[in-house]
Amino acid sequence: MAFAQFSLENAWLIPLLPFVAFLLIVSFFRNMEKTASTTAIISSVISFALALGVVAAVLQRPELIEEPLVYSMRWFSMPGLEVSMGVLIDSVTAMMLFVVTLVATMVMIYSTGYMKGDPGYSRFFAYLCLFAASMLGLVISTNLLQMFVFWELVGLCSYLLIGFYYFKDSAKEAAKKAFITTRIGDFGLLIGILLIQVNFGTLEFVELAEMMPAFALAHPFLVTLMGILVFVGPIGKSGQFPLHVWLPDAMEGPSPVSALIHAATMVVAGVYLVARAFTLFQFSPEAMMVIAYIGGFTALFAAAIAITQREMKRILAYSTVSQLGYMMLALGVGSLSASMFHLMTHAFFKALMFLAAGSALHAIHGRTDIFQMGGLYKKMPWTAGFMVIGLLAIAGIPPFAGFWSKDEIVLAAQLGGYTDLYYVAKITAFMTAFYMSRMVFVAFFGKENPENHPHESPINMLAPMGVLAFLAIFGGLVGAPWVEKGFSYWVRYGEYVPHQADLMTMASSVLIAGAGIALAWVIYGAKWIDASMLAEKASFLHKLSYNKFYIDEIYQWMNEKIVAGTSRVLYWIDLRVVDGAVDGSAKLTGWLGDKLRLSQTGQLQHYAMIFFAAVVLLVAIMGMMGAETAMALIGGGK
Amino acid sequence: MDFPLLTIALLTPLVGALALAFVPKDEHKVIKSLSALFTGIPLLLTIYAYFTYDFAQGGMQFVEEVQWVKDLGITYIMAVDGISLPMLLLTNLIGFSAVFASWNIEKRPKTFFILLLILIAGVMGTFIAQDLFFFFLFYEVVVIPLYIMVIIWGSSKRVTKEYAGMKLTIYLLIGSALLLVGLLAMYLNAYPAGERTFLIESLQQANFSDEFQIFAFFLLLVGFGSLLSMFPFHSWSPDGYAGAPTAVSMIHAGVLKKIGGYGLIRIGILALPVGAKFWAPLIAVLAVANVAYAAMIALSQKDLKYVVGYSSVSHMGFVLIGLAAMNIIGINGAIAYMFAHGVMSALFFALIGHVYEKTHTRYIPDLGGLSHQMPRLAVGFMIAGMAALGLPGLISFVPEFTIFIGAFQEFPIMTVIAITGIIITALYTLRVLANVLFGPRRAELDKYRDLQGPEMVPLILLGAVIIVTGFFPALLMDMVNAGVEPLIGPLLDMLGDTPTIGGGF
Repeated sequence: MAFAQFSLENAWLIPLLPFVAFLLIVSFFRNMEKTASTTAIISSVISFALALGVVAAVLQRPELIEEPLVYSMRWFSMPGLEVSMGVLIDSVTAMMLFVVTLVATMVMIYSTGYMKGDPGYSRFFAYLCLFAASMLGLVISTNLLQMFVFWELVGLCSYLLIGFYYFKDSAKEAAKKAFITTRIGDFGLLIGILLIQVNFGTLEFVELAEMMPAFALAHPFLVTLMGILVFVGPIGKSGQFPLHVWLPDAMEGPSPVSALIHAATMVVAGVYLVARAFTLFQFSPEAMMVIAYIGGFTALFAAAIAITQREMKRILAYSTVSQLGYMMLALGVGSLSASMFHLMTHAFFKALMFLAAGSALHAIHGRTDIFQMGGLYKKMPWTAGFMVIGLLAIAGIPPFAGFWSKDEIVLAAQLGGYTDLYYVAKITAFMTAFYMSRMVFVAFFGKENPENHPHESPINMLAPMGVLAFLAIFGGLVGAPWVEKGFSYWVRYGEYVPHQADLMTMASSVLIAGAGIALAWVIYGAKWIDASMLAEKASFLHKLSYNKFYIDEIYQWMNEKIVAGTSRVLYWIDLRVVDGAVDGSAKLTGWLGDKLRLSQTGQLQHYAMIFFAAVVLLVAIMGMMGAETAMALIGGGK
Repeated sequence: MDFPLLTIALLTPLVGALALAFVPKDEHKVIKSLSALFTGIPLLLTIYAYFTYDFAQGGMQFVEEVQWVKDLGITYIMAVDGISLPMLLLTNLIGFSAVFASWNIEKRPKTFFILLLILIAGVMGTFIAQDLFFFFLFYEVVVIPLYIMVIIWGSSKRVTKEYAGMKLTIYLLIGSALLLVGLLAMYLNAYPAGERTFLIESLQQANFSDEFQIFAFFLLLVGFGSLLSMFPFHSWSPDGYAGAPTAVSMIHAGVLKKIGGYGLIRIGILALPVGAKFWAPLIAVLAVANVAYAAMIALSQKDLKYVVGYSSVSHMGFVLIGLAAMNIIGINGAIAYMFAHGVMSALFFALIGHVYEKTHTRYIPDLGGLSHQMPRLAVGFMIAGMAALGLPGLISFVPEFTIFIGAFQEFPIMTVIAITGIIITALYTLRVLANVLFGPRRAELDKYRDLQGPEMVPLILLGAVIIVTGFFPALLMDMVNAGVEPLIGPLLDMLGDTPTIGGGF
């Protein structure tokens, strides 16, 4: 296939096209809304077509699974440090290119409806294009520094888009928080990169993979250190505990942004980075364990928070944090396939849910509390339907996409010998089914709120959701266990190990998901049990969960008391001690001058007195030490 | 002799200053246009020099050499290599921008622009003179206009402008007094009487004893270090910038203080490598103090200029730790970072100048939501701010990364502490951006207008440099390396086991 070959060889076009669109929009189309969004969508669609070409090419050439195609050019260099930028294509890249371009295209089409009439319409599309370009650049990175560069750029876009409504104080604060929190993660990542560069002399993934086995044998501790430091980056970017705090606040951005950046693509960059650098982690069981447990804990922890939240997008955000924890867990227990598979299906159904949430919020003009919605399905049947599809997919009901990928993860935990994480995954699955159903039942079913006047969204918003809904239903089938050469054959690390369908696990998963949905129905649908009574009975737990375990408060306290306090103390030191010494020396000079000035009386008698005293002194010295010594003493020659 | 490009670039602003003397003092337009012309010409010349400089060959090019005072060994020699050329470019980029940032000066513009032109010529001279005598001469030339400009056109906030001007000048002079001793000692020690020379290149080849190098480098370190606002000799910097008029802040923070870093490399490390190696650990420690301490202080500043002032002190720590690494990568990074920092801090000061000129306040809580009234200014602030926090794709990221790589090999722990600077910088930069630019519209700021016309020049020129070099760092790094590699490379082999203070830690 010529087109597939062309796409493979010109994959650099995939990020470049949205970037060109960005430049066009900011330079020429700032005041031409229609042209701006059309340019953005066209660039994105062509990128999507090329990404499909890359996928087709990879499917034709299975050798790309283990030996990626790499081409690159010099970015800058000096003796001892060479950095290039380029394109690396293997099956993981192809999958990511597909997901990112697909979701980006869908979100852009959706946004033509969602952002209609917004004064920042063109700006919004410009940012989206810049984001797509950066994200795609990240995906095709050949080395860690290139990845870091785009990693930071997607962070910038995230910052700009969270703060899109810059006139709102809350948006301004949320954007800042997101940037700084992820920066803390980047601090670790950057040090990890330095350590790798200094020890290996290269940051290229392919070269690192070749050098790693020998190096790991010689320096196991260093490899663990590198692994953990590099992982700090993903903790920030992918919202893992304890740096998850920015992601729920990031919902200040417009809903399409939440769907694209804070659910489907950017936040999974951390997972993707770990997958890309898997060779590094492969050789350090300790680092892998850290990843697995942080992932597992995050999954459970975020789910525990999501249960009591009231704002729709916040529930979805905590759910994203939890699902990202799932993906990390999968990586930590050693299954790259399961993690990437869940990354893909999650992108489908979570993007769908965010777009549906956006559609709902759009219709009722920003009322965000689910308990003030109620009965939306009557006026918004399509949106409600899509939301239900998303719910079934994330809860893990077969044949929806989430079912297959979640099962892979649970199995991987079991096979890896992590019994504890196996149960964590199961419990999280139950909680996920529960809180998601709670959200859907409360917001879309139940009693209508007479203050709301919802209406169904236009076709340009519904159609993209339809595409994602289709994938949320059927997209998981590519990884069903009885598919020969399915997802885990193509996207893997190391040998392909086919495994049988485990019917027991499947059955228990379905039961757990069903139980979660049923419990939510009992409490929030049929209201056989009063939710507020439950909350009162377990008021301590409820408070903990509702207040997000007070993590935000702790950080705020640290920021206000410790950081700002230190700052003020240091400023005081700078003014009083350091600069005090400077002013002090100036004052001392002035004081000395003042005193010495007194000797300059201008009276001849005084000067004669001093002259005479000096002569007497000199004579006295001469008498005691001899003329020679005294002459030397006062500096005279012979 | 070929076309004396460097001399012409150097003389143009001085000729301009002379020409302005004959313009009637009320012809503001003419004065400003002439200033733009006489800073524009050297800018074009240096850009031409950049494109014709032979990177593959490296070393000194565009050499102009005339014996001056033979008995003392003073030579008029102008030349640039990969270390001087970026500094020369920087001087002219900022000098040209500074003219436009001062476009609305109403108070005695004639005197102002004459002094500005002399200042620019003086700074330029220090970077292209390859003779110590002339280097020092130009350095002293800088002081005079600087002092007068702060005293007359400065602004008094936390400290009076008189205090600020005095502090700035006295620091410069104390630094130069120490330098004078150090430089003369080098001159006298390098060669026996009769063969003495001020040529920097010859001094680099002199065989100074280890003890002498250690002694002389210390003098240079304090002298150049205080110019570079090295901790604890930094306290002039925030007060000085706050008191100075916009153009002076731009030139001082942008290029003038870089004479410190430039001198430490060109004269310190290259002529006194053993001394430099000996003191390197101390420099690294002070560098870390610069980075972390000043960044922390910047967090609690409420005056925009103080934020950028402390930020500039903090960023100089990166330059210092890059130097202290004493390897090709670290020094490459340090020089490139000086260029990067110059461009972004000049842009920052130009924009703050606009805000202050319009609103007469730099107090952050009085501002807010400025992007409603001044969208162009907001774009500029974002570019400068993102560059300050080292965002990839902008000018400062690659130099910063290079410094970290170079320094990490020598001082891993110090480097890690220095890298915390990227978090603290993000904290205060984003806080400033958020509180000045974003948030609800403030009606009381509605009467102020955005940048327009000539005021846009600094934003466009410096902003373009920040973005283009960010995307194509080789444009900057290749130039720097062409100067560093041939000079530093040979030193490294020689320096094998030189003792260091503290015995290396």
